[in-house]
Amino acid sequence: MIALAALIRRDIRIALRVGGGALIGVLFFLTVVVLMPFAVGPDLALLTRLGPAILWLGALLASLLTLDRLFMADHDDGSLDLIVMGRTPLELACAAKALAHWLAAGLPLVIATPVLGLLLNLDAPSTSAVALTLLVGTPALTFTGMIGAALAVTLHRGGLLLAVLVLPLSIPILIFGVAASQAAISGLSFGAPFSILCALSLVSFVVGPFAAAASLRHGLD
Amino acid sequence: MRLSGRGVRCVRGGREVFSDLDFEAPAGEALAVTGANGSGKTSLLRLIAGLLAVAGGSIGLEGGEAELTLSEQAHYLGHRDALKPALSVIENLAFWCDFLGGDASGTPASLTAAGLDHAAHLPAAFLSAGQRRRLSIARLLTVRRPIWLLDEPTNALDAAGQSLFAALMGDHLARGGLIVAATHAPLGIAARELRLGGTT
Repeated sequence: MIALAALIRRDIRIALRVGGGALIGVLFFLTVVVLMPFAVGPDLALLTRLGPAILWLGALLASLLTLDRLFMADHDDGSLDLIVMGRTPLELACAAKALAHWLAAGLPLVIATPVLGLLLNLDAPSTSAVALTLLVGTPALTFTGMIGAALAVTLHRGGLLLAVLVLPLSIPILIFGVAASQAAISGLSFGAPFSILCALSLVSFVVGPFAAAASLRHGLD
Repeated sequence: MRLSGRGVRCVRGGREVFSDLDFEAPAGEALAVTGANGSGKTSLLRLIAGLLAVAGGSIGLEGGEAELTLSEQAHYLGHRDALKPALSVIENLAFWCDFLGGDASGTPASLTAAGLDHAAHLPAAFLSAGQRRRLSIARLLTVRRPIWLLDEPTNALDAAGQSLFAALMGDHLARGGLIVAATHAPLGIAARELRLGGTT
């Protein structure tokens, strides 16, 4: 437990100090969302209808942005060797790293959502519905994205490969995240899509760390 | 405790680096792995550390802790120092101490032993190559592991650092530890030599 807490603390501290984590993601999110009204035009009804989808897409792309450093930085400086050799199971260490990444890069996106909702003409209940789905859904994006990040390390390719690997995996999360938000806004049943979104998150918590750890073990060199 | 390898074969990138390698390192002794560049010194250390898969033969540890694997009882000091430039010297060391299961109260003493106590609060980004090495050495001291796998440990160390490290290695051996070091330079302690690629 001490080992995992130390790993989480270290990763968050680095993300906050270097400024590559929280701030960059939120700025990118802001940029995507701010550009949207300019592209769509001054049609408030249309913006409201597209709002949840825009927020979700922005959050998805912003969380991808910082994901490729998840294991790459540790691989490049040799830390990953020591983490693999340590007495902490690698699966748990991967889960701890993903949790730290979400706290540093995913949670700020959720916190920024209410402000950005204003730009898309979403009222308070709609914005809180989107924020709630993002709160449940962004951990799933991080934990599935972690598989891609681990593969990118083992294949010695970063950047675009990660996006190509991770985006298909995140389609179900996107579908049910947006569906739940739309349902809340239009007064349809919010429970069903939201439950499925929660289920997707729970599955990713289990599958992500195991898949990432397997990939890291296999690709050692 | 005794570390031994029988008929070890190593393949990297489809090319055989060495094969049919036998070695033995009992507790309290150091094994110096020597050989030309590319003869597989680093590969051998990574095989022992469990960071590479053996392509043939076996590497085993007799008399260690039964519940732990070989790599869980070993320290690996590689070319890369596993330091985060954004963290200070003491933060880096404290992290590895917590992660590897050491006693955090011993970190200042380890820094002093490695001759880095004056730089404890300096960000690791500003350390010189030799100071980074010293910080890695402090990691070996702050968490006890019976097996030290050292890859060119004295690289970048100044003369004082080299003799300091020789003394630390001597202490480790005296406590019943075991060292396998890949090296070009003399280690400064008595060691048997394992020469790779030297058969021709």
